[in-house]
Amino acid sequence: MSYRSIVLVKQVPDTANISGQVMKPDGTVNRAMLPAIFNPEDKVALELALQTRDKNGGEVIALTMGPPKASELLRECLYMGADRGILISDRKFAGADTLATSYVLSEAIKKIGSFDMIFAGRQAIDGDTAQVGPQTAEKLNLPQVTYAEKIIDITKNKITIRRKIDGGHEVLETPLPLLITVIKDAATPRPFKATRVMAYKNARSLVELEKMVEGNTLLYLDDLIEEYTSKSLFIETLTMDELAVDANRCGLHGSPTKVFKIDSVVLGGGEHIKIEPTKEGLGQLVDKLMDDHIFG
Amino acid sequence: MEKFSNEVWVFVEQQSGNAADVSFELLSKGRKLAEILKGTLKSVVIGSDMKKVAEKTFQYGAKECLLVDHPELKDYKTVPYSRIMNELVSKHIPRVVLYGASFIGRDLAPRVASFTRSGLTADCTDLQISDVTYLRQDYKDLLLQIRPAFGGNIIATIITPDVPIQMATVREGVMENVPLDSPVKGKIVEIPYTSDKIDTMINIIERHQEENKVNLKSAPIIIAGGYGMGSKENFEILYELAHVIGGEVAGSRAAVDAGFIPHERQVGQTGVTVRPKLYVACGISGQIQHRAGMQDSNKIIAINNDPEAPIFDVCHYGIVGDVMDIIPDFIEVYKHKLK
Repeated sequence: MSYRSIVLVKQVPDTANISGQVMKPDGTVNRAMLPAIFNPEDKVALELALQTRDKNGGEVIALTMGPPKASELLRECLYMGADRGILISDRKFAGADTLATSYVLSEAIKKIGSFDMIFAGRQAIDGDTAQVGPQTAEKLNLPQVTYAEKIIDITKNKITIRRKIDGGHEVLETPLPLLITVIKDAATPRPFKATRVMAYKNARSLVELEKMVEGNTLLYLDDLIEEYTSKSLFIETLTMDELAVDANRCGLHGSPTKVFKIDSVVLGGGEHIKIEPTKEGLGQLVDKLMDDHIFG
Repeated sequence: MEKFSNEVWVFVEQQSGNAADVSFELLSKGRKLAEILKGTLKSVVIGSDMKKVAEKTFQYGAKECLLVDHPELKDYKTVPYSRIMNELVSKHIPRVVLYGASFIGRDLAPRVASFTRSGLTADCTDLQISDVTYLRQDYKDLLLQIRPAFGGNIIATIITPDVPIQMATVREGVMENVPLDSPVKGKIVEIPYTSDKIDTMINIIERHQEENKVNLKSAPIIIAGGYGMGSKENFEILYELAHVIGGEVAGSRAAVDAGFIPHERQVGQTGVTVRPKLYVACGISGQIQHRAGMQDSNKIIAINNDPEAPIFDVCHYGIVGDVMDIIPDFIEVYKHKLK
């Protein structure tokens, strides 16, 4: 029995390595200023989907919403072994919070058609909200298993998954189709395969081809699309026009959560007592803590 | 301007019939928010044989408990629980709904937000009610959802100005547990449960849970190590210190991610929030997410070899130097003084 999986992936700013002026005055993030990486848990989700396909057969489709630059992420998915990558990209989708994101993702998934499983990372490191997975599942009226750490078994129309819970784990048996969000420990992402890098390094999304045309009067978009498609190097791209979406539910406009205020982290300017790192200094510290009624 | 409700709801999560601490912490906070909104605090209890828990929420000021009590609801399952919450929230349109940022709350809240198209902010470290002017429009009594964001480089205040329902999740320990001296006279409103075909198709076939052996929240002294400890082995010295002065060992997220210490001992925004008598931060730089989980400690000692580390801005006693030299000396001096 083969399965069709869709993996929700996201390119995220590497929040562990922030420098420079990354915050725009309106409180949103200037992602262009930051190195962009494959969200770690989404990579694990892709790995798990690939393992499921390698074992049972089927197809793995990587789906992302993002700016044109997110095409890079889909190439990486192809390098790892995804069968298809689909980019959702439109200026009108920019500034989406988790609700607007899940709306557009769910509409794109409906357009892709039938599937057995949707995989996603538990959360993205730029927001740590863990909301997009469950919100998408709700919109598609699907059961979900969050915090998945292992797929134990899949039969015709049923999947058994072990998930993490407070202080332990539980094993759930759920009918297909469903949405699964996975934690870091669920799998170790495979490295890029050299032959696949060679095969797909020239894969381009619609938005990238448009850019190529912009800078060159000798190129025509339709010809390029045809050429890239014939070589299986065209990354399918969904814009607002292709999706039957309500513009009022997309992007900044469709996002109920607003950043009202950003405060840079101001340190208390805390006055503290400096203790010398000597036995004498530590002796004084112990005395002070006794005065504070913490010791003794 | 549209007239919104002024009800504050708290989803009370339970496992095996025992309500989670975080739910009572949220009821305590919800009571204060409801006072400011001149509104009503209500609890939502879903489970099997939950009357006692429903009544306990009156001790925290809930004037009404929406109770869905049925044997099939004994254990949390996403589909039936979210269906119940979706129906209740859409029907009553409360102004604020709070959930614990737990494995249950973080599974459930996004589904309810998605269904009701509400705003939801995860892992808030503070909640306030305030009038707000946003994009030249005035809003009365909005819920300010405050959390560190973007790798802790900023504190973001999130609002959901144009939707009737404002939702947030909050980690255990962030809000204080403050029961009333005497319970309010609350009312239990029982809501019938209608099962759906899919409910029985999803089965929990095994559940393994260990009581959390570590109770950081009630430890009087906490010795915490960060990434600067360098290795799991180096944490041994912290356990030794904890043993000598009577405390628990904790770690920062970076130390947990590096595998130096298990997640159950993590202090910070995505771990536990603690308020011990004494907090000793060893090799912890003091990122905002970590400080959010410990800055209310009564006394804080910071030990770090970087004199510029932000942890020194929240500590009471600061020692610049190598943890691996200082702790053994401290143990020796302590033993000598308190002989």
